[in-house]
Amino acid sequence: MATGSVKLLGVWASPFVNRVEIALKMKSVEPEFILETTLNKSELLLKSNPVYKKIPVLLHDEKPICESLVILQYIDDSWPNGPSILPSDPYDRAIARFWASYIDEKWYPLVVEFMKAEGKEEKAAVLEKISEGNLLLEEAFIKINKGNSFFGGDRIGYLDIVLGSLLGWVKAIEMMDEMKILDETKMPSLAEWDKRFCSDNVVKDIIPQPEKLAEIHRKFHQMKKATSN
Amino acid sequence: MANDEVILLDFWPSMFGMRLRIALAEKEVKYEYKEEDLRNKSPLLLQMNPIHKKIPVLIHNGKPVCESNIAVEYIDEVWKDKAPLLPSDPYDRAQARFWADYIDKKLYDSARKIWGTKGEEQEAGKKDFIECLNVLEGELGDKPYFGGDNFGFVDIALIGFYSWFYAYETYGNLSTEAECPKFVAWAKRCMQRDSVAKSLPDQHKVLEFIKVLRKKYGVE
Repeated sequence: MATGSVKLLGVWASPFVNRVEIALKMKSVEPEFILETTLNKSELLLKSNPVYKKIPVLLHDEKPICESLVILQYIDDSWPNGPSILPSDPYDRAIARFWASYIDEKWYPLVVEFMKAEGKEEKAAVLEKISEGNLLLEEAFIKINKGNSFFGGDRIGYLDIVLGSLLGWVKAIEMMDEMKILDETKMPSLAEWDKRFCSDNVVKDIIPQPEKLAEIHRKFHQMKKATSN
Repeated sequence: MANDEVILLDFWPSMFGMRLRIALAEKEVKYEYKEEDLRNKSPLLLQMNPIHKKIPVLIHNGKPVCESNIAVEYIDEVWKDKAPLLPSDPYDRAQARFWADYIDKKLYDSARKIWGTKGEEQEAGKKDFIECLNVLEGELGDKPYFGGDNFGFVDIALIGFYSWFYAYETYGNLSTEAECPKFVAWAKRCMQRDSVAKSLPDQHKVLEFIKVLRKKYGVE
């Protein structure tokens, strides 16, 4: 059982930080949460993550671990006695890592592109690409869950955390743009999974409500506009 | 493990394919190498990697593993009785994964600009590339390998790029030995390993290949 201080540098609105919070909660580890403000990066952040200067950073016994997917695997390796985050079979692990990489490198960047796109036409074009990705994720879910409630089986695991953490922001963007990104008719299994994930005991107090995220987004942009004028 | 069927779908100049060749060699795994023509991708490749349609793909007993760093970890986990590629300590493993990911995020794109573009874009690519290598040199420090005394995951993730260095130097008009001497020393050390020497193509062959690519993309 790993000992030593556990600190998490982050902000509660970051889905990547939420991932780490969920993973630590699964292992019954309570970190000291060190709040970072997004406009001025702290000395600690710059020292702990000189390469990317980004949150989340996990500090375990003052040693920094960066990049959310790396941190999730580190947590699984360091606290092997709690429920497993990654599957135990090497092939299942490779599949989980593959889809996590797809979600972070292809799918979510499209969601961000959608948010930034201006005008209905531009947004519609990006939405079409996202919808293609949604179908792939729906198929992947059905293949991976083997009839269970979650990607991880009967309990949440790596892929549930990776994809689920992003849903708060996806729904916030749906609200702000008044357009549907997650279409329940086209992804019925994931729609059901979404409800189960968000109401899971480990998750429910961590992922912020979409309304709150939308509000933060508005405030952040107002602040940015004010400081750039 | 004697009845394992292992196939590698690959393309000889791919630094990502080289990662798997090296990993399989380190583990002394027998496999069938299948060369892909990327202008005419085989039905097998499209079936095994429908999402990205890219090489390398490791096919183990009929089941595909895609994305090179993921496949190297898979190889390490399946053939775990010899030549561990990832460290055993969780913190060291996290560092190894972090740096392998850094190489994927930063190095390829800047390197591509060196041989694939001209003028300002090429200069920007050169600058980023050297910066990346310097960061990696910082991480290497005085260790023989990124894994410490043992050749491992990060070394495997990075060494394939070395086979492209003659091309980078020629088209980018740079001297990596002058800009990143530590990196070059590390690379030469890795090249002394059988698994690496057998997995990397000759640098002149790569140069010829890039020459053709440049003509195709209209860079020449």
